[in-house]
Amino acid sequence: MTAADMTAADPHGENSHRAIVAAWRIEQPRLITSLARMLRDAPLAEDLTQEALLAALESWPSAGIPERPGAWLMATARNRALDHLRHARMRTRKHDAIAADMVREEQAVPDFDTALDDDIGDEMLRLIFTACHPLLSREARAALALRMICGLTTEEIARAFLQPAATIGQRIVRAKRTLSESGLVYETPRGEELSQRLASVFEVIYLIFNEGYTAARGEDWLRPQLCNEALRLGRVLTAIAPHEPEAFGLLALMELNASRTAARTDAEGEPVLLLEQNRALWDQVQIRRGLVALARAQELGGGRGNYALQAAIIACHARAATADETDWSHIAALYRELAAVAPSPIVELNRAVAVGMAEGPPAALAIVDRLTDESLLKAYHLLPGVRGDLLHKLGRFDEARTAFEAAAALASNARERELMRRRAAEAAARSC
Amino acid sequence: MRFMFIVKSAHSGPPTPELLEAMGKLADREIKAGRMIDSGGLMPLATGAQVRLTDGKLSVIDGPFVEAKEVIGGYAIFELPGKDEALASVKEFMQLHKDLMPGWEGTCEIRAFAPPTH
Repeated sequence: MTAADMTAADPHGENSHRAIVAAWRIEQPRLITSLARMLRDAPLAEDLTQEALLAALESWPSAGIPERPGAWLMATARNRALDHLRHARMRTRKHDAIAADMVREEQAVPDFDTALDDDIGDEMLRLIFTACHPLLSREARAALALRMICGLTTEEIARAFLQPAATIGQRIVRAKRTLSESGLVYETPRGEELSQRLASVFEVIYLIFNEGYTAARGEDWLRPQLCNEALRLGRVLTAIAPHEPEAFGLLALMELNASRTAARTDAEGEPVLLLEQNRALWDQVQIRRGLVALARAQELGGGRGNYALQAAIIACHARAATADETDWSHIAALYRELAAVAPSPIVELNRAVAVGMAEGPPAALAIVDRLTDESLLKAYHLLPGVRGDLLHKLGRFDEARTAFEAAAALASNARERELMRRRAAEAAARSC
Repeated sequence: MRFMFIVKSAHSGPPTPELLEAMGKLADREIKAGRMIDSGGLMPLATGAQVRLTDGKLSVIDGPFVEAKEVIGGYAIFELPGKDEALASVKEFMQLHKDLMPGWEGTCEIRAFAPPTH
């Protein structure tokens, strides 16, 4: 069939590649969870959803998208699954045993034709834990999660992470093989293991979010779209694990950060600092969702979790109608709590900034000066940058200039360097 | 992308029990798949009211509204990759109506949310 034939037969593009992938994508959660439940094998279930997509791409352009795409895809995947089961048995069992097994399997196969029967929640949970297994590298976990839970194609994941499609394809194949060969039981973790495994899931989701968040405007639209996929993963998690406070904390943190997307860059595509952003462009619906999620985390007793505290800090900014109305004492107090839960020199530096705004520069400078020997901050331009800002406010312009020059030297990109140089020049002008 | 789905129909009756159950399962699935953000069925037109601005004057009219042909029955808000997925999702939803409430006719409209403006 030529492109012209397809257009003539399909003037509204209803059977187009995009429409077919979209129809598959809508069915993908039910497909993969049903197959995973049937086969108790996440990698295989994922393979079969992909095979179903390929089958659809082959047959639907000419036959048209069926009225019930879900049933068609499920029937296709189920047949492939049975083939696989028969094949596996053929290779390892004796002849008489094969027949018995096949009969038992046919009887065990649930009736896929019933639409919408089973709750996908339990299976989604198992799938997320599998995709985010600590056995896999962080990149592999991210790719697998985007594939299995979000239904992204290899091509889409590759573009989002600025990698060649072949690399991502390989990464996913290897990850599935690792999981298959590991002898892992396909089960939801419990007890002590559950907390650790959850931490791994949160880490992956946040990694995906940050990859999208730091993407510059004008880059491939699929990159910032990663924020939406991460948000989706966050929503899935809160829906299927509704008693986990940090799941709500993470979702809150992502919603609140994402709410500033429209304000984060100016007309020229240059980044705008939070305190200088046009707050009319902050997405109030997302802020509301973030605050609701944060409240839920706190209700569940998780107000002191790492993600919940970070979300609470961002919430302080989100609640302020103008930069001047920011509740800096509250932010400073939250950073103190965060320092107790997840201590780091960066947290301490951020606390210093908040203390400076709430109590004045001297108290902040005392904190910053204690950080000068921190090896983790040796190459971090914001340490001398913050110091310079505090010194400038205290009228110690000569010292401020020196600090800003040090910051400019450490800056990791031209824009940061330019900003620090400008502040050094301002300080120099004042110190005459 | 955020979409609103708006269901409208000239049929004023409630959904059949089968359709209600199926829509409930679909909603549950879409929440757990992280795609549906919000949804709601609306009370009958007779219980509603309208405030109209015509000819420079405001007036309040209680339901039912005589000239209403199609009535909004409910809405849902979804977060989806794009319009193609929104169409596929709504087609599935409407297919449920076709299967489980024979004779029902209506429209489900898809509208993307407008981005924040400068």
